[in-house]
Amino acid sequence: MGCLEAMKPEVLLSRCSFAEAREYIKKHVREYYEVEPGYKIHDVHLIGVPPLYVGIDGEDVVFPYTKPCHGTFVVKVAGGDAIGRLRSRRK
Amino acid sequence: MTESDERGTTALILLGCPQVPVQTSVALYCAHGLRRNGIRPIVAGTTAARKLVEIADPERHYVDTFEDLDAVIGELAEKKRDADYCFVFAHNDSGIAYAGTISYLSQARLYVLLFGEHPEEVAAAITFPCEQITAKAVHNPMPLKRKIDEVLQWVVSKQ
Repeated sequence: MGCLEAMKPEVLLSRCSFAEAREYIKKHVREYYEVEPGYKIHDVHLIGVPPLYVGIDGEDVVFPYTKPCHGTFVVKVAGGDAIGRLRSRRK
Repeated sequence: MTESDERGTTALILLGCPQVPVQTSVALYCAHGLRRNGIRPIVAGTTAARKLVEIADPERHYVDTFEDLDAVIGELAEKKRDADYCFVFAHNDSGIAYAGTISYLSQARLYVLLFGEHPEEVAAAITFPCEQITAKAVHNPMPLKRKIDEVLQWVVSKQ
Protein backbone atom coordinates (compact mmCIF):
# COMPACT_ATOMS: atom_id res chain seq x y z
CA MET A 1 0.00 0.00 0.00
CA GLY A 2 3.03 2.27 -0.33
CA CYS A 3 2.66 5.54 1.55
CA LEU A 4 -0.60 4.29 3.06
CA GLU A 5 1.34 1.61 4.91
CA ALA A 6 3.30 4.32 6.68
CA MET A 7 0.01 5.50 8.19
CA LYS A 8 -0.43 2.06 9.80
CA PRO A 9 -3.96 1.52 8.53
CA GLU A 10 -6.48 -0.70 10.24
CA VAL A 11 -8.04 -2.81 7.48
CA LEU A 12 -11.79 -3.10 8.05
CA LEU A 13 -12.65 -4.94 4.83
CA SER A 14 -10.30 -6.73 2.44
CA ARG A 15 -10.32 -7.51 -1.27
CA CYS A 16 -13.88 -6.41 -1.89
CA SER A 17 -15.42 -4.53 -4.83
CA PHE A 18 -15.58 -0.74 -4.83
CA ALA A 19 -19.37 -1.02 -4.52
CA GLU A 20 -19.05 -3.25 -1.45
CA ALA A 21 -16.64 -0.75 0.09
CA ARG A 22 -19.15 2.04 -0.52
CA GLU A 23 -21.94 0.06 1.14
CA TYR A 24 -19.72 -0.91 4.07
CA ILE A 25 -18.92 2.72 4.86
CA LYS A 26 -22.57 3.75 4.54
CA LYS A 27 -23.67 0.93 6.81
CA HIS A 28 -20.95 0.98 9.47
CA VAL A 29 -19.82 4.59 9.78
CA ARG A 30 -22.37 7.02 11.17
CA GLU A 31 -20.68 10.19 9.87
CA TYR A 32 -19.65 10.00 6.22
CA TYR A 33 -19.23 12.39 3.33
CA GLU A 34 -19.43 11.99 -0.43
CA VAL A 35 -16.22 12.88 -2.25
CA GLU A 36 -15.21 12.88 -5.89
CA PRO A 37 -12.82 10.33 -7.50
CA GLY A 38 -9.26 11.57 -7.05
CA TYR A 39 -10.07 13.19 -3.68
CA LYS A 40 -6.90 13.29 -1.61
CA ILE A 41 -6.75 11.80 1.88
CA HIS A 42 -3.27 12.45 3.25
CA ASP A 43 -1.15 11.37 0.23
CA VAL A 44 -3.68 8.98 -1.32
CA HIS A 45 -5.91 9.89 -4.25
CA LEU A 46 -9.12 7.85 -3.96
CA ILE A 47 -10.06 5.56 -6.81
CA GLY A 48 -13.57 4.45 -7.71
CA VAL A 49 -16.83 4.99 -9.49
CA PRO A 50 -18.98 7.73 -7.87
CA PRO A 51 -20.38 7.98 -5.30
CA LEU A 52 -17.32 7.54 -3.09
CA TYR A 53 -17.73 7.91 0.66
CA VAL A 54 -15.22 8.82 3.35
CA GLY A 55 -16.24 8.32 6.96
CA ILE A 56 -15.15 9.91 10.22
CA ASP A 57 -14.92 7.65 13.25
CA GLY A 58 -13.69 9.55 16.29
CA GLU A 59 -10.21 10.85 15.43
CA ASP A 60 -9.92 8.55 12.41
CA VAL A 61 -11.03 8.59 8.78
CA VAL A 62 -12.41 5.53 6.98
CA PHE A 63 -12.07 5.30 3.21
CA PRO A 64 -11.81 2.86 0.26
CA TYR A 65 -8.36 2.07 -1.08
CA THR A 66 -8.13 0.26 -4.41
CA LYS A 67 -5.17 -1.80 -5.59
CA PRO A 68 -5.08 -2.99 -9.23
CA CYS A 69 -4.31 -6.62 -8.38
CA HIS A 70 -6.01 -7.06 -5.01
CA GLY A 71 -9.31 -5.23 -5.19
CA THR A 72 -10.56 -2.62 -2.77
CA PHE A 73 -9.86 -2.36 0.95
CA VAL A 74 -11.73 -0.28 3.50
CA VAL A 75 -9.09 1.24 5.75
CA LYS A 76 -9.07 3.39 8.87
CA VAL A 77 -6.22 5.78 9.64
CA ALA A 78 -5.65 8.80 11.88
CA GLY A 79 -7.67 11.64 10.41
CA GLY A 80 -5.63 14.73 11.23
CA ASP A 81 -6.39 17.66 8.96
CA ALA A 82 -8.57 15.48 6.71
CA ILE A 83 -11.40 15.57 9.26
CA GLY A 84 -11.82 19.33 9.09
CA ARG A 85 -11.72 19.31 5.30
CA LEU A 86 -14.41 16.64 5.19
CA ARG A 87 -16.68 18.42 7.67
CA SER A 88 -16.48 21.58 5.62
CA ARG A 89 -18.26 19.67 2.83
CA ARG A 90 -21.96 18.95 2.76
CA LYS A 91 -22.94 15.41 3.85
CA MET B 1 -3.83 21.92 -19.82
CA THR B 2 -3.64 18.87 -22.06
CA GLU B 3 -0.33 17.36 -23.01
CA SER B 4 -1.47 17.70 -26.60
CA ASP B 5 -1.06 21.45 -26.24
CA GLU B 6 2.66 20.91 -25.93
CA ARG B 7 3.44 17.57 -27.48
CA GLY B 8 0.85 16.71 -30.10
CA THR B 9 -2.03 14.29 -29.69
CA THR B 10 -1.54 11.93 -26.76
CA ALA B 11 -3.12 8.72 -25.52
CA LEU B 12 -2.86 7.31 -22.02
CA ILE B 13 -2.79 3.53 -21.89
CA LEU B 14 -3.67 2.49 -18.32
CA LEU B 15 -2.69 -1.06 -17.49
CA GLY B 16 -4.48 -3.20 -14.96
CA CYS B 17 -3.08 -6.08 -12.95
CA PRO B 18 -0.84 -8.05 -15.35
CA GLN B 19 -2.14 -11.46 -14.28
CA VAL B 20 -4.05 -11.91 -17.57
CA PRO B 21 -1.44 -12.59 -20.27
CA VAL B 22 -3.06 -10.79 -23.22
CA GLN B 23 -2.74 -7.38 -21.58
CA THR B 24 0.96 -6.89 -22.29
CA SER B 25 0.89 -7.81 -25.97
CA VAL B 26 -2.33 -5.93 -26.68
CA ALA B 27 -0.99 -2.84 -24.89
CA LEU B 28 2.09 -2.91 -27.12
CA TYR B 29 -0.09 -3.48 -30.18
CA CYS B 30 -2.34 -0.58 -29.19
CA ALA B 31 0.68 1.69 -28.65
CA HIS B 32 2.04 0.70 -32.05
CA GLY B 33 -1.27 1.51 -33.75
CA LEU B 34 -1.51 4.87 -32.05
CA ARG B 35 2.07 5.89 -32.74
CA ARG B 36 1.96 4.99 -36.43
CA ASN B 37 -1.00 7.34 -36.68
CA GLY B 38 0.76 10.23 -35.01
CA ILE B 39 -0.64 9.76 -31.50
CA ARG B 40 1.91 9.66 -28.67
CA PRO B 41 1.26 6.64 -26.41
CA ILE B 42 1.99 6.97 -22.70
CA VAL B 43 1.77 3.77 -20.66
CA ALA B 44 0.87 3.96 -16.98
CA GLY B 45 0.54 1.03 -14.62
CA THR B 46 1.85 -0.66 -11.54
CA THR B 47 5.57 -1.38 -11.54
CA ALA B 48 5.06 -4.99 -12.62
CA ALA B 49 2.54 -4.23 -15.36
CA ARG B 50 4.71 -1.42 -16.69
CA LYS B 51 7.92 -3.44 -16.64
CA LEU B 52 6.33 -6.26 -18.64
CA VAL B 53 5.71 -3.77 -21.45
CA GLU B 54 8.92 -1.83 -20.97
CA ILE B 55 11.14 -4.90 -21.16
CA ALA B 56 9.46 -5.89 -24.43
CA ASP B 57 10.08 -2.45 -25.95
CA PRO B 58 13.64 -1.58 -24.88
CA GLU B 59 14.26 0.95 -27.64
CA ARG B 60 10.83 2.58 -27.34
CA HIS B 61 9.69 1.57 -30.80
CA TYR B 62 6.09 1.47 -29.62
CA VAL B 63 5.70 3.33 -26.33
CA ASP B 64 6.81 6.93 -25.87
CA THR B 65 6.99 7.08 -22.08
CA PHE B 66 6.18 4.96 -19.03
CA GLU B 67 4.69 6.44 -15.89
CA ASP B 68 3.53 5.36 -12.46
CA LEU B 69 -0.22 4.77 -12.26
CA ASP B 70 -0.82 6.59 -8.98
CA ALA B 71 1.31 9.54 -10.07
CA VAL B 72 -0.77 9.90 -13.25
CA ILE B 73 -4.01 9.76 -11.27
CA GLY B 74 -2.66 12.42 -8.91
CA GLU B 75 -1.71 14.74 -11.78
CA LEU B 76 -5.10 14.28 -13.41
CA ALA B 77 -6.83 15.03 -10.10
CA GLU B 78 -4.74 18.15 -9.62
CA LYS B 79 -5.44 19.26 -13.23
CA LYS B 80 -1.76 19.24 -14.08
CA ARG B 81 -2.25 17.11 -17.16
CA ASP B 82 -4.74 15.45 -19.46
CA ALA B 83 -4.71 13.46 -22.70
CA ASP B 84 -6.77 13.27 -25.85
CA TYR B 85 -7.51 9.56 -25.58
CA CYS B 86 -7.39 7.07 -22.75
CA PHE B 87 -7.43 3.29 -23.05
CA VAL B 88 -8.02 1.50 -19.73
CA PHE B 89 -7.37 -2.23 -19.51
CA ALA B 90 -9.91 -3.81 -17.15
CA HIS B 91 -10.36 -7.48 -16.35
CA ASN B 92 -11.44 -7.05 -12.74
CA ASP B 93 -13.36 -4.73 -10.43
CA SER B 94 -10.26 -2.61 -9.75
CA GLY B 95 -9.89 -1.93 -13.47
CA ILE B 96 -13.43 -0.54 -13.54
CA ALA B 97 -12.68 1.59 -10.46
CA TYR B 98 -9.71 3.13 -12.26
CA ALA B 99 -11.73 3.63 -15.46
CA GLY B 100 -14.49 5.36 -13.50
CA THR B 101 -11.90 7.62 -11.91
CA ILE B 102 -10.50 8.55 -15.33
CA SER B 103 -14.01 9.20 -16.59
CA TYR B 104 -14.47 11.73 -13.80
CA LEU B 105 -11.05 13.37 -13.93
CA SER B 106 -10.22 13.50 -17.62
CA GLN B 107 -11.64 15.08 -20.73
CA ALA B 108 -10.04 12.32 -22.84
CA ARG B 109 -12.19 10.12 -25.02
CA LEU B 110 -12.31 7.01 -22.85
CA TYR B 111 -12.13 3.43 -24.10
CA VAL B 112 -12.42 0.62 -21.57
CA LEU B 113 -10.92 -2.64 -22.82
CA LEU B 114 -12.79 -5.45 -21.09
CA PHE B 115 -11.10 -8.83 -21.35
CA GLY B 116 -10.30 -11.93 -19.36
CA GLU B 117 -12.51 -14.93 -18.66
CA HIS B 118 -15.74 -13.05 -17.84
CA PRO B 119 -15.60 -9.58 -19.39
CA GLU B 120 -19.38 -9.10 -19.44
CA GLU B 121 -19.58 -9.61 -15.67
CA VAL B 122 -16.83 -7.07 -15.13
CA ALA B 123 -18.56 -4.63 -17.49
CA ALA B 124 -21.75 -4.76 -15.40
CA ALA B 125 -20.16 -2.36 -12.88
CA ILE B 126 -19.72 0.38 -15.50
CA THR B 127 -22.11 3.26 -14.80
CA PHE B 128 -20.13 6.09 -16.42
CA PRO B 129 -19.79 7.28 -20.02
CA CYS B 130 -17.18 5.39 -22.04
CA GLU B 131 -16.71 3.24 -25.12
CA GLN B 132 -16.62 -0.43 -24.13
CA ILE B 133 -14.43 -2.83 -26.08
CA THR B 134 -15.28 -6.33 -24.93
CA ALA B 135 -13.59 -9.60 -25.84
CA LYS B 136 -13.25 -12.87 -23.97
CA ALA B 137 -9.47 -13.15 -24.07
CA VAL B 138 -7.06 -14.66 -21.58
CA HIS B 139 -4.15 -16.28 -23.45
CA ASN B 140 -5.11 -15.61 -27.07
CA PRO B 141 -4.87 -11.90 -27.89
CA MET B 142 -6.57 -12.15 -31.29
CA PRO B 143 -10.18 -11.42 -30.19
CA LEU B 144 -9.05 -8.24 -28.44
CA LYS B 145 -6.64 -7.35 -31.25
CA ARG B 146 -9.50 -7.43 -33.77
CA LYS B 147 -11.57 -5.10 -31.60
CA ILE B 148 -8.60 -2.75 -31.17
CA ASP B 149 -8.19 -2.62 -34.95
CA GLU B 150 -11.78 -1.39 -35.29
CA VAL B 151 -11.32 1.26 -32.63
CA LEU B 152 -8.02 2.48 -34.04
CA GLN B 153 -9.63 2.89 -37.47
CA TRP B 154 -12.28 5.06 -35.86
CA VAL B 155 -9.72 7.07 -33.88
CA VAL B 156 -7.64 7.69 -37.01
CA SER B 157 -10.70 8.77 -38.99
CA LYS B 158 -11.34 11.45 -36.37
CA GLN B 159 -7.76 12.76 -36.45
